[in-house]
Amino acid sequence: MIYFDKVSKIYSDNSVALSEVSFSVAPKEFVSIVGHSGAGKTTLLKMLLAEERPSAGSVFFESLNVHNLEKTSVTKYRRRIGAVFQDFRLLPHKTAFENVAFAMEAAGKTDQEIGSDVPHVLELVDLGSKMLNFPHELSGGEKQRVAIARAIVNQPDVIIADEPTGNLDPINTFEIVQILKKINDLGTTVILTTHNKGVVDSLGKRVITLDRGKIVRDDRAGKYSL
Amino acid sequence: MFWVKVKRVVWTGFVNFWRNGFVSLSTVLVMTVTLFVIGSLLFSNALLNASLSELQDKVDVNVYFLTSASETDILSLKKSLEALPEVAVAEYVSRAQALDNFKKRHENDALTLQALDELGDNPLGAVINIRAKETSQYEGIAKFLEGKEVLSKDGVSIIEKVNFYQNKAAIDKLTRLIDSSERLGIAVALILSVLSVLIAFNTIRLIIFISREEISVMRLVGASNKYIRGPFVVSGVMYGVVAAVITLIVFVPVTYWLGSATNQFFSGINLFNYYLDNFVSVGLVLVGSGVVLGAVSSFLAVRRYLTV
Repeated sequence: MIYFDKVSKIYSDNSVALSEVSFSVAPKEFVSIVGHSGAGKTTLLKMLLAEERPSAGSVFFESLNVHNLEKTSVTKYRRRIGAVFQDFRLLPHKTAFENVAFAMEAAGKTDQEIGSDVPHVLELVDLGSKMLNFPHELSGGEKQRVAIARAIVNQPDVIIADEPTGNLDPINTFEIVQILKKINDLGTTVILTTHNKGVVDSLGKRVITLDRGKIVRDDRAGKYSL
Repeated sequence: MFWVKVKRVVWTGFVNFWRNGFVSLSTVLVMTVTLFVIGSLLFSNALLNASLSELQDKVDVNVYFLTSASETDILSLKKSLEALPEVAVAEYVSRAQALDNFKKRHENDALTLQALDELGDNPLGAVINIRAKETSQYEGIAKFLEGKEVLSKDGVSIIEKVNFYQNKAAIDKLTRLIDSSERLGIAVALILSVLSVLIAFNTIRLIIFISREEISVMRLVGASNKYIRGPFVVSGVMYGVVAAVITLIVFVPVTYWLGSATNQFFSGINLFNYYLDNFVSVGLVLVGSGVVLGAVSSFLAVRRYLTV
């Protein structure tokens, strides 16, 4: 479903983010990508989101070469991916409801669909009572759950989560990982980057280990080991 | 779907304007200053034009004829003067009228009137008062009259004198004054409007700079460029409209206060009355500039951050 073909990203001679990384992800898979800070995890996800271009190699999503897409096609392509970030990236002047609704509006959904799906998804992440709160009125864990709701509301093929638990306490971390697991159980591919050993070990799913821009391990049911 | 999107864009623009309260307020204030400058330029232009045309109205050239000149000759000269493109008005004052005017002017001066009676005959010649369309054209008219001096019976000129040369220095000075004040007016207006437009433009750019993260998040969520840009442009239009309305309201007391002063200084134009008479056109100019400025600035400023 997703295929990285010898992807390199070189910012400058002494700053190589990725070097000839190749791997593939099957549909409905749950993949954790682990590694130290600066190992290239975030760059990898930015490539998949077409946020950055590789210096060499290509990234395929099904049969699409992600970096050959026109600007308007990039927009449509991104609607098939739900992204969750460490710093939440919610729109600060929109309520939780509006943040989730924005993703649906952007995808051209009708007002009826938005009216029924958004509350449903927010209930799913247990935020039914805080729909009308602004991000600054929510805790870190709640913000991240809004972000997840926004990521899944368009029923994407893949969820990308870039250190989603990086700013959260252990209880919230556990909850977020449970939600991601549930999403995966319902049939959505999940790609998670993290450097939280506990999270990776509790999942018992495939683990790709990056070190200085290179894949050093790829274990089917791996543990966090560096 | 198109209209649904338009509705969402407009609504989001309104909501953003409202929720960004403080930021919106400061942008509106900067825009108000800009529009105030533009409005003031309109007013000072009107004042300048009014006082210049009044000065111009005061300038004319008088052709004095000999008492012996026949009326038909004078009238034919008047006709050929009126045919000149430079001449706005050529007014004929006959000998009898000239005498009447003279008597009226001196009605309290018994001595002069008595002296006039003693003469028996009307000593005053006929006059043509010429007003040119522009002060710079008097010279040409005077030249034309010089050439026409041959037009006379028995080879004697019927024109006694043309007072252009007496007034020449004053007319030349006025011509230069009018020219340079018009040029200066345009230059000042251009510089001030460019400066204030730049300030407003940069303010809006700063506001959108603050929102650059938001714009990139919208891109990553899969929103199209138009859908992201739309609400910013709508907010920009709102800054312009609100600022224009504030400016129009502020101008009411300002012009009222300046009204009587301008009436005395630039005799004939009361700024307050001018504002009320031209309210619709001033309003259109201000709202139009506000809307264009807000929309274009937002449109251009957002573009920078849509590259994600």
